[in-house]
Amino acid sequence: MVKYITKRIFLAIATIWAVATLTFFLMNLVPGGPFMAEKAISPAAMAALEAKYGLDKPLGEQYIMYMSKALHGDFGDSLRQRGRTVSSIIFSKFPVSAKVGGLAVIVALCLGVPLGCFAAYKRGKVTDSIISVVSTCGIAVPGFVICTVLMYFLGVRARLLPTLGLTDWKSYIMPVIALAFYPTSYIMRLMRSSMLDVLGQDYMRTAKAKGLSQRVSLFKHALRNAILPVVTYLGPMIAYTLVGSFIVEKIFTIPGLGREFISAITNRDYTMIMGTTIFLATFMVIMNVIVDIVYKLIDPRIQLK
Amino acid sequence: MNKNPLSLQLNIKPEDFLPASEEEKESLVVMRESVSFWKDGFRRLARNKVAMISLFVIAVIMIFSFIVPLFYPYSYSTQTKGANNLKPMQYSEAEQAAIEAGEKVFPHVFGTDRMGRDYAIRVMVGSRISLLVGLIATAIILLIGSAYGSIAAFAGGWVDMVMMRIVDMIYTVPDILLIVLLSFALEDPLDALAGVAGFGWIRVVGKNMVSIFVVFALLYWVGMARMVRSQVLMLKESEYVTAARALGAKGGRIIKKHLLTNCIGTLIVTTTLQIPSSIFTESFLSFLGLGVAVPLPSLGSLCSDAINGMETYPYLLFIPAIVISLIILSFNLLGDGLRDAFDPKLKN
Repeated sequence: MVKYITKRIFLAIATIWAVATLTFFLMNLVPGGPFMAEKAISPAAMAALEAKYGLDKPLGEQYIMYMSKALHGDFGDSLRQRGRTVSSIIFSKFPVSAKVGGLAVIVALCLGVPLGCFAAYKRGKVTDSIISVVSTCGIAVPGFVICTVLMYFLGVRARLLPTLGLTDWKSYIMPVIALAFYPTSYIMRLMRSSMLDVLGQDYMRTAKAKGLSQRVSLFKHALRNAILPVVTYLGPMIAYTLVGSFIVEKIFTIPGLGREFISAITNRDYTMIMGTTIFLATFMVIMNVIVDIVYKLIDPRIQLK
Repeated sequence: MNKNPLSLQLNIKPEDFLPASEEEKESLVVMRESVSFWKDGFRRLARNKVAMISLFVIAVIMIFSFIVPLFYPYSYSTQTKGANNLKPMQYSEAEQAAIEAGEKVFPHVFGTDRMGRDYAIRVMVGSRISLLVGLIATAIILLIGSAYGSIAAFAGGWVDMVMMRIVDMIYTVPDILLIVLLSFALEDPLDALAGVAGFGWIRVVGKNMVSIFVVFALLYWVGMARMVRSQVLMLKESEYVTAARALGAKGGRIIKKHLLTNCIGTLIVTTTLQIPSSIFTESFLSFLGLGVAVPLPSLGSLCSDAINGMETYPYLLFIPAIVISLIILSFNLLGDGLRDAFDPKLKN
């Protein structure tokens, strides 16, 4: 177990390093720099700016400089938002995205798992068909369609909920629904099919024959086995939802990390792009490692190599 | 010689040894034709009502997006003066006058947009773009993904290790970053290429669109590669692969003739399910303004344009939104049907 975890962590660090390197060189390949957009900047001032941020040095040297600083936890200053460090921006924007995303993850789990189980349990009945239709549609409808439809009916027509920003609890409702819609439907489908699989297993019949109550056999025997695929899906899903969906943040004008990332890319804010990419990659890789370990805890049969 | 009454010996006469007549021969022929893989699959598909309905919906949408625009009296970029923001089936003043003068004016079925362009044709052309992106991108993904996955699995060992780590890495890079970076990086080379004879189409489609294809080619094959790899890993232990190798077949031939043909079921299903996800990604990018070039509509950019006027002209938003959901839904359902028909093992 310890050996497996060390190996996974080593691989994770290698992945993060590779992603960072790839992003660094790709970003610098692109013509134009972070100071291009500023009008009427004299060549001397431009050179001074570039020297200040070390952009005048050869690429290899810049890379080594950046990496050694990053290893010490220093991701530099933002090139466009003067006087703010990248880490301070990330850590001020991330909680906003994480709050909305975390709520969406909770909603998706609390709705998806029970409804999926219920559909499997009521297989072939009307409830099953209704849940199946809803989950199929939920997977097919793009996020921006859900956002705009919600906004039209709840925000514009009924004027029940605010359509902009994050001010009070009411303003969380629509972004959370929009973010949770797809994962909920996906978890419902996953849960239903794996539950159906488990319900047909021999040990379920044994449990019934032993005279176990329906409740115990369903929750203790079936659920624990059926939830494994959901756990696998959870890793990347949590990473993506917490970090923020670009679309949802754009439509509901939420000042989160996703929006920050897009504006960093369009503004060529090199240090900001690097910082956010490393943050995203680290987050995803850590989530995947955690999921693998949780997997092992839930299902002792799985051999970790 | 008299037969013992208790004997079990048959009474055989010399006539019994005559050659069989034609009539007798015919009765022995197996009447049912042998069912090929494709026939079997399609027969099962034809029995699946949901899949057939989605196939029908896809066909109708394809007719509307590829054939109907050829005969349609309006074009997606023509701006009619005085016909801004018409409601569905409404005529502008000039058109009303023309009708009163006895001329025939084709109605604006879905009204017009802010610039006075007929919305029905824009939605049709938009869904054409979405479908084209879905199909072309999926073709690219299919080619790269199946080649990469099968080579990794077939080679095995450290080659497989390295190739799959590359896949893991690509999986981790945020795709939106690469799309934006590439669309910037490809700007100048594509401009130069558009000037070369034979590449003028780049300007029509838009540089962003071409970079989207490049990104699909670079990024989205990873899922397909994983799928094919897991199949090939299983298949390469089969006896017929050993037999082919014993007969001296080279690796490339075994992959092409034996391994990929045997995972054709998985390939069909993954490809069909990839189409909606490509359309999904394209509409998402166009929605963010990173998709098609300006006069050309895409379902995503139509939705994005309509958001600002949502309060007064909600139908401008709902029509493309419904069409895109319908396209993705039908491809998903068709994919599920194909999976049940061609690859029942994958069902759960």
